[in-house]
Amino acid sequence: MSTADLPLPDDLRQEILTLAGSEHRPRAASVSALRLVQARFRWISDRHLAEVAQLLNMSTADLDGVATYFNLLFRKPVGQHVFMICDSVCCWIMGCKDLSDHLCKKLNIRPGETTPDGAITLLPIVCLGHCDRAPVMLFDETVHEDVDTAALDRLIAEAQETPR
Amino acid sequence: MNSLSERPLTAMIDLAGPPPDCAAYGNAGGWQGTRKALKTLTPDEVISMVTRSRLRGRGGAGFPTGLKWSTVPKDPASKRRKYLVANADEMEPGTFKDRILMEGNPLQLVEGMLLAGYAIQASHGIIFLRGEYFLAHQRLQHAIDEARHLGWLGENILGTGFSFDIDLHSSGGRYICGEATALLTALEGSRAVPRGKLPPSQISGLWGAPSVVNNVETLCNISHIVTHGPEWFDGLGTGADSGTKLYGVSGRVCRPGFWELPMGTPLRDLIEVHAGGMKSGYALRALLPGGASTPFVDAADIDIPMDYDSIKKVGGRLGTGMAILLDDRTCPVGMLRNLEHFFAQESCGWCTPCRDGLPWVERLLDALEDGTGTEDDIEQLMRHARILGSPGRTFCAHAPGAMAPLASGLALFRDDFTAHLTGHGCPLHHAA
Repeated sequence: MSTADLPLPDDLRQEILTLAGSEHRPRAASVSALRLVQARFRWISDRHLAEVAQLLNMSTADLDGVATYFNLLFRKPVGQHVFMICDSVCCWIMGCKDLSDHLCKKLNIRPGETTPDGAITLLPIVCLGHCDRAPVMLFDETVHEDVDTAALDRLIAEAQETPR
Repeated sequence: MNSLSERPLTAMIDLAGPPPDCAAYGNAGGWQGTRKALKTLTPDEVISMVTRSRLRGRGGAGFPTGLKWSTVPKDPASKRRKYLVANADEMEPGTFKDRILMEGNPLQLVEGMLLAGYAIQASHGIIFLRGEYFLAHQRLQHAIDEARHLGWLGENILGTGFSFDIDLHSSGGRYICGEATALLTALEGSRAVPRGKLPPSQISGLWGAPSVVNNVETLCNISHIVTHGPEWFDGLGTGADSGTKLYGVSGRVCRPGFWELPMGTPLRDLIEVHAGGMKSGYALRALLPGGASTPFVDAADIDIPMDYDSIKKVGGRLGTGMAILLDDRTCPVGMLRNLEHFFAQESCGWCTPCRDGLPWVERLLDALEDGTGTEDDIEQLMRHARILGSPGRTFCAHAPGAMAPLASGLALFRDDFTAHLTGHGCPLHHAA
């Protein structure tokens, strides 16, 4: 049984309740609460979604509508590290497709997939707001500018050596 | 660093180090506006100063800030719940100015919000920050905590009886959240779907309370206007509009970047002087002057000043003022396909023409790039540009924004579209 199938830990439940209590209405904390769950488990399982919904006094379907709406909330498991390659216009002009192709070839996965060892998930992302230093990517929560294939190779090695 | 009187927004910004703390911010001229406003000016006098400064919204729409504030009900903050929201959901492709302002000098935004809150008599401030701006989040939270600790936020600020505090909200990530009413829906914990325009948010916004949503750059101007006066601010612009502007250039130029310059700086200066001109081997074909949702401007028209009204004369729109350059070795049809993929993906799905029309446009452009497009596909694209591009046919401005580069691109790059038919696909074989 994976941790995503177990109940939310008490401290996290308490943190979500505190967050909900600080808002005008509990549901205002929906995205923040889901991000807290994701920070702990890397994704939001059905079980956790239902628990958060109950804490926020929302229906599960209502909260799932929110969870599936946003780009940064994951409703499927992801790897220990997430590579997000910007595919918006400035990065496209500066060659982001070559970077994505390089990653797919090196890791033998397609965008949206995770390596069999669970180390790396590859995802596209919209403009990251560093357009003067395109192409740009997010490696977990860190932005990398002026990315080239050599930089990608270094990050792959780092990801494989440092489990989260 | 630039001087505070000429380049107010970036004078305290040095990206090589951490941003100024409360003391350094005060020593460099910060907090003067707050002392002046809270101790010597009424809320209406602050609104009047901003109105006379002729400051217009820096998020893209260019709505006069003072006018927006003046429509908020006048009840004192202690008598009625009102909200002042900073729109920091900077997701317009090509745009990174608000990130620079928040990472470089977060207290400037905090003080701008405090003054705006005082002007409209709101006690609740919220920063709606895009979820991918991790560094800005860290610096803003630190600035808010320090300002609160030192009494610049919280109860009874400067002993004046006015109370104001700021919450930092980190978004789950969706372009439409930058639309002010969708942003409010997101803050209420729902899918970020835009709302009807009436009643305006200033009357009934977040949780039904009067709410003003202002762009980050707009708010960063406020403390300077209050400190130095509206006439000074008006004098900063070189053309019809007042103040300075954070402009940016990205694409194949020698020095891509951002610069704070007088409002009305010509596009040619941005590209040739500040960005150092095109890289060797590349020529400028056209550009999107203010982000992905602005129409293409032809390379022949770059002598136009970058202010709200001038840029319209050559078919453009100021937008965010952050230009994206198309060079002669990049396929304009491929660029449009990339843009429309973004808009199709980021449509909120609420209204049918946008939800179904934008993916259709993307598929038509796919076909042209892949060599399976027909003359009829180009007609279909023109039809979509006409129908989805007209305001009022979709619920919000998302689809008209998406059609701005397409409509102008179809006119400017007609030969390229034709070449994709006769040449059976993209002649440049540019990667998708």
